[in-house]
Amino acid sequence: MTNLLEVKDLTMRFGGLTAVDHLSFTVKHGEIHGLIGPNGAGKTTTFNMISGFYKPSGGQVLLRGEDISGLKMHEVARRGVVRTFQHSTLFAELTVMENALVGTHMPFRPNIFAAIVGWDKEDRRGAQARAMEALEFFGIDHLKHERAGDLSHGHQRALGLAVAYASHPDVMLLDEPFTGMNPEETRRMMDLMEKLSHEGITILIVEHDMQAIMGLCDTITCMSFGKFLAEGGPDEIRNHPDVIEAYLGGSRNVA
Amino acid sequence: MLKYLLWPIALVALLLLPHGLSFSQQEILVFLTINVLLVSTYRLLTLTGEWSLGHVVIMGVGAYASALYTKEFGLFVPVSMLLGGITAALIAILLSFPLFRMKGFYFLIGSFAAGEIIRLLWKRFREPFGGPKGIKGIDPMPDFSIGIYDFDFFEPISYYYFAGTIVILCLWVLWRIEKSPVGLTFHAVHWQDKLAEASGVNLRAYRTLAFAIASGFAGIGGALMAHYVGTINPNSFDVEVMVFVLTWAIVGGTGTFYGPILGCVLLTVLNEIVLREMGFEQLRPLIYGAILIASILFLPNGLESIVQRLTRKEAKS
Repeated sequence: MTNLLEVKDLTMRFGGLTAVDHLSFTVKHGEIHGLIGPNGAGKTTTFNMISGFYKPSGGQVLLRGEDISGLKMHEVARRGVVRTFQHSTLFAELTVMENALVGTHMPFRPNIFAAIVGWDKEDRRGAQARAMEALEFFGIDHLKHERAGDLSHGHQRALGLAVAYASHPDVMLLDEPFTGMNPEETRRMMDLMEKLSHEGITILIVEHDMQAIMGLCDTITCMSFGKFLAEGGPDEIRNHPDVIEAYLGGSRNVA
Repeated sequence: MLKYLLWPIALVALLLLPHGLSFSQQEILVFLTINVLLVSTYRLLTLTGEWSLGHVVIMGVGAYASALYTKEFGLFVPVSMLLGGITAALIAILLSFPLFRMKGFYFLIGSFAAGEIIRLLWKRFREPFGGPKGIKGIDPMPDFSIGIYDFDFFEPISYYYFAGTIVILCLWVLWRIEKSPVGLTFHAVHWQDKLAEASGVNLRAYRTLAFAIASGFAGIGGALMAHYVGTINPNSFDVEVMVFVLTWAIVGGTGTFYGPILGCVLLTVLNEIVLREMGFEQLRPLIYGAILIASILFLPNGLESIVQRLTRKEAKS
């Protein structure tokens, strides 16, 4: 497997606070990669830097060898790295179908002149088909006329993924996709991610739910206080002394 | 069946409408037609979530530009109207560079300041803008005949037909834009700009696009007005007019395409027919203020919410 996404010495300072400190890791093509760490470890900040939401204070993000750090979010998205958001960030006032249609913005770029004259019928049909495909993939196509804000939590989460999936991404960055889900919903969500991975989409997850992470990820990177702590497969991470220390408190002082 | 008859009937009604009105009412009808275009373009701007206080001044840019093009270069009036709209759109693109560094309330204030600057420029420079007195003797639309009807632009009816045709054309284009994927993207930018950006939407480009289109069509509206009235000055486009536009948009509601048009038509009818009959027309700002407050309190979604409630009931029964 080749390196798809490479994070090199990534650093983010907010005034005097260093939220992420020279973090480096690589995401291989086609894998599900987890990014874990205790609260305040800088996971979401790292995410925001990769997706272009923040401009890093230092370091690089390389996508297929190209430096994408400091690009705007839509420029990163156009290179195939699409993110989802914490909580249910959706177009709550629009219908489920319209939400998915916004997701097709990149493959079917709207053209205003064609739209006025009516020469974009094929594009519109294509976008509809792709949006429908995304909704079917996540099993929410029967809800397409509902308002997104009226959906249940689990369905909103699935729709969030469908919007990202509709754009044909190479890499999906999922920010805490399991938050607030019951075990049943978590299990279903894990199945969906396996399915995404089978489609050849590389996935990077930030998550607190250890069970989901351990059951899902090929590689896990653990960070603490903004620094790289450990990396390896689920078993390695589970038994890594530094990781246990970071989560359960400093045994170093006691011993 | 009814659906296919609705548009021809509406068209015939619009054609016959001025013949039942007095001369002064016909003049008001011309302004109403232009204001419908103005308030509809304003709605397109609000689609991306930004409310501007400079929209009427942008309309004035179209009016001044078109007036100057005919005066200085002797251009054919319809051509200069089109160029007036394009000028307004270009000025809007220029203004978007400082203005779209701001959002929400700051954009509102920024747009007001930008509008005032343009107005002060008109006042300050007698060449070519005519200073505080503005431009007089703007070329009227030349008369022409289309066989079945002779357009005589001293008659408000003729200008009503002419302006009405252009306004309907503009509204059709605005409608096509709103119902297209571009319009959907405007909505997306409004409701959740971060998610839209993560889907690959260039926020700046789409905000600027909405601003430029709205300004361009508002400029055409301004040009229509300039060549009808024949004289324009900086005070024709001051903030009082802007407040009227805001009132029409808010009272009508900006959730649907017809909302602002409904607000504009009903409030104009109320003002010109009811208040003028009673001799209260000088009280327009006061009464508009009261209507605005009442509609925010009792009809937060505007007049369109009444229409929606009625049509939904009809669909159920």
